[in-house]
Amino acid sequence: MNAAQLPNLIPLLPEFVLGVGAMALLLVGVFRRAEGERFVDAAAIVLLATAGVIIALLPAGKMTTFGGSFVVDEFARFLKILALLGSAAAIAMSLDYAKHEGEQRFEYSVLILLSTLGMLMLISAADLIALYLGLELMSLPLYVVAASHRNSLRSTEAGLKYFVLGALSSGMLLYGASLIYGFTGTVSFAGIAHAAGQGGVGLIFGIVFLFAGFCFKVSAVPFHMWTPDVYEGAPTPVTAFFAAAPKVAGIAMFVRAAVTAFPGLTSQWQQIVVFVSIASMALGSFAAIGQRNIKRLMAYSSIGHMGFALVGLAAGTTEGVQGVLVYVAIYITMTLGVFAAILSMRRRTGMVESIDQLAGLSRTHPTMAFFLAMLLFSMAGIPPLAGFFAKFYVFLAAIKAGLYALAVLGVVTSVVGAYYYLYIVKLMYFDEPAGKFEKMPYELRVVLAICGLFNIFFFVYPAPLVGIASAAARSLF
Amino acid sequence: MTSWPILSVVTFLPLAGALFIALLPEDEAGIRNARWTALWTTFITFIISLILVWRFDPTSADFQFVEKQPWLGGAISYAMGVDGISLPFVVLTTALMPISILASWTAIQLRVRDYMIAFLVLETLMVGTFCALDLVLFYLFFEGGLIPMFLIIGVWGGPRRVYASFKFFLYTLLGSVLMLLAIMAMYWEAGTTDIASLLHHSFPLSLQKWAWFAFLASFAVKLPMWPVHTWLPDAHVEAPTAGSVILAAILLKMGGYGFLRFSLPMFPDASAQLAPLIYVLSVVAIVYTSLVALMQEDMKKLIAYSSVAHMGFVTMGIFAVTAQGVAGGIFQMVSHGIVSAALFLCVGIVYDRMHTREIAAYGGLVNRMPLYAFVFMVFTLANVGLPGTSGFVGEFLSLIGTFRVNTWVATLATLGTILSAAYALWLYRKIIFGKLEKPSLFNIKDIGWREIAIMAPLVILTIVFGVYPKLVLDISSASVAQLIDNYQHAVGAVHAAALAR
Repeated sequence: MNAAQLPNLIPLLPEFVLGVGAMALLLVGVFRRAEGERFVDAAAIVLLATAGVIIALLPAGKMTTFGGSFVVDEFARFLKILALLGSAAAIAMSLDYAKHEGEQRFEYSVLILLSTLGMLMLISAADLIALYLGLELMSLPLYVVAASHRNSLRSTEAGLKYFVLGALSSGMLLYGASLIYGFTGTVSFAGIAHAAGQGGVGLIFGIVFLFAGFCFKVSAVPFHMWTPDVYEGAPTPVTAFFAAAPKVAGIAMFVRAAVTAFPGLTSQWQQIVVFVSIASMALGSFAAIGQRNIKRLMAYSSIGHMGFALVGLAAGTTEGVQGVLVYVAIYITMTLGVFAAILSMRRRTGMVESIDQLAGLSRTHPTMAFFLAMLLFSMAGIPPLAGFFAKFYVFLAAIKAGLYALAVLGVVTSVVGAYYYLYIVKLMYFDEPAGKFEKMPYELRVVLAICGLFNIFFFVYPAPLVGIASAAARSLF
Repeated sequence: MTSWPILSVVTFLPLAGALFIALLPEDEAGIRNARWTALWTTFITFIISLILVWRFDPTSADFQFVEKQPWLGGAISYAMGVDGISLPFVVLTTALMPISILASWTAIQLRVRDYMIAFLVLETLMVGTFCALDLVLFYLFFEGGLIPMFLIIGVWGGPRRVYASFKFFLYTLLGSVLMLLAIMAMYWEAGTTDIASLLHHSFPLSLQKWAWFAFLASFAVKLPMWPVHTWLPDAHVEAPTAGSVILAAILLKMGGYGFLRFSLPMFPDASAQLAPLIYVLSVVAIVYTSLVALMQEDMKKLIAYSSVAHMGFVTMGIFAVTAQGVAGGIFQMVSHGIVSAALFLCVGIVYDRMHTREIAAYGGLVNRMPLYAFVFMVFTLANVGLPGTSGFVGEFLSLIGTFRVNTWVATLATLGTILSAAYALWLYRKIIFGKLEKPSLFNIKDIGWREIAIMAPLVILTIVFGVYPKLVLDISSASVAQLIDNYQHAVGAVHAAALAR
């Protein structure tokens, strides 16, 4: 083979590591069934960490390969590391659960690795084909892990529901992509941006369908219907995984496609994003109030959070993208921390999921209650916790872009949303204890403590994260 | 001025104390140590804040003890500093904290450690609010105070504590988020959130109006002004005694402080145009809530409504923007901080003994509790605004300040002072005078040494400030003069422009 024709593979190094590693682990798992699971789990985390290190060590600046369809820039680096963190934490958090439920299967970690590989591809995708490939590689393992409790009706239902609706959304996305290709004659984002000009009805149609697919993946209203059911039905560690890393990848493709493929049509797609954002924030806030199942509640909470993140995208500016990135980073820590607490809600009789079970947690498990309360306040966006800064940056961008109605509605819904977070704090702090949980596993403690401390002390030195996010946002424009 | 960051020390010392208490074990000794640590921390903080007063230069209107560190990037920095407007509140806060801790000494038996931590964290946030010289930093402290106060009301409160704490939290949050948006708009307009430079930035009138309303939404809830005051009686009634003290004495003052620090100097034209609105709301607050106070059967609720009425004088005085009005507003806030705190402590003293706050459950206490009757009388008269007590000076100054601008408003507000005499004296007569007939009261004990130690400084301050108000007025006079100068200048410029057209 001629070396000159071989595409530059350096930017793909982390993906190679994950892909080859995942396949190797699959073999290891098959041949060493007896004691394979623990090794596979540990090796998967090591692989994710290795990929993260490689991403950090890749030469700085923008690199493209495969004829420009795969891009590694600051934006990709930032989000890839977040996705890897989310996946690694999800695997770590599943260890104890798997042991208790007798669901130790090495395939779980391998599937998460493959899904993460899809996320990395998706984050770097700079044309519609690469985007679709990454998206499907990410989604297919997700459908499987959602149904991984194959004897549980709820879990299989969740998996099937997710699959059917996911296929529908993929179809819409493909339809949109084909329209866009038809009207611009190219699939690469840069080419679309060049050819789109002032747009036209056909192109706008394509954008609408494309965005519908994106909204499904980030579970934004009106394509959110799968979220509560899948979150509730899927095994809890899987839910924790769903809530973190895939959201990062979804937001990444949303932002990259909107900003780099349609820069000339900002005022058009802005309307879509504004609507989706308002609807998500409102639904996330109001619908969560009535929930008693904590996983369902977290589903609505994540819908709301995606609405807030999209406020930044709606601004369509560098500040907006910076806000989105800060939001996603902080959202990951909040979600993982809360799920670490949810995964510790285990009584002798098994896992419990009703929020009433948290009553009096501040007496029975003061440390866990404290961190969980701080994370919930952070989710509500109360300063000085990190969640406040997340909202601060997206609304800052919205105000600069003149989206006053969006900003006002957004902050008002955040007050409504504060109610249900407060309600959980009330259960934990004001009410009488409902009995002790089992001892919290070591790895969940670590995740909860790290996420909690990050959220509490973020305000002391916020500059690094904000600075990196700012550099990442600039790399898109 | 000083080589070490004294304001940061005053602000964050309580937080350090809270961290220390968090490390204490949860046993008998740990609880005792938690109490003492909290007391010593707040006391030392108070002493350090006195250094502020000592080193403060009252002839200068500039911010002093200024600290500035890069923080959020851009033009948002960690900036601290005090001037004559904020210093009285800083010292008021640090002075009342040890008193609140002492007042909770025996009343709080449940989860003492957590309680002390919540109070110390709250102190950090309150002092920070008054010291912050950056809008975002200010917002951080201002809003952060919701978390500990929510827990204080909700964990250690009365029977309807859940309702009260939620109402408090959500009401205040809703007001504040609108202010946050205004802060962002100001940031993009002026390019900075540094308060010292924003004070000299002239915003366009359209932005001024929107921002003014957004800030009003926040401060009106916090102060509270009629008609958004309804969270206050609930929060006061349900909160533990020390919680009510801090709520009335300091948290409410953040609203008044906000008007002085932001609304007046940054949006002078909007303030000038919309002052009539404030007058109306203030007069309604003064007259209406005084009438409501007359009807109360719960002691704390009565004092809570009287707080709303007294805050009416503050807003009225501030928005008159005369030297007397603004000085009166500040003085009224300081005085109310002392007097309302003391009144809540007085209620707490009998509540600790009888576990009821119903006015009808008491009567004739003077027979068994002469010392208590004396202390209560001092504060009742100060609440009424009797000359010689601190309450008089504030009301009088804000009334004459307003009188120069708007006679009708001042006249109607004077009605409020009569009504305040009606409800305060009625309360006093019902509780203290009369025959000691209720059998449950036969064995009630007079105040002990701890309670005397709490009350003595407050009695002294009430009378000293009443007789010699210069102590407070001198500190703030230079800053107030500058505030009014800038205001007249800005509003005058608009008038001149209008005339020229």
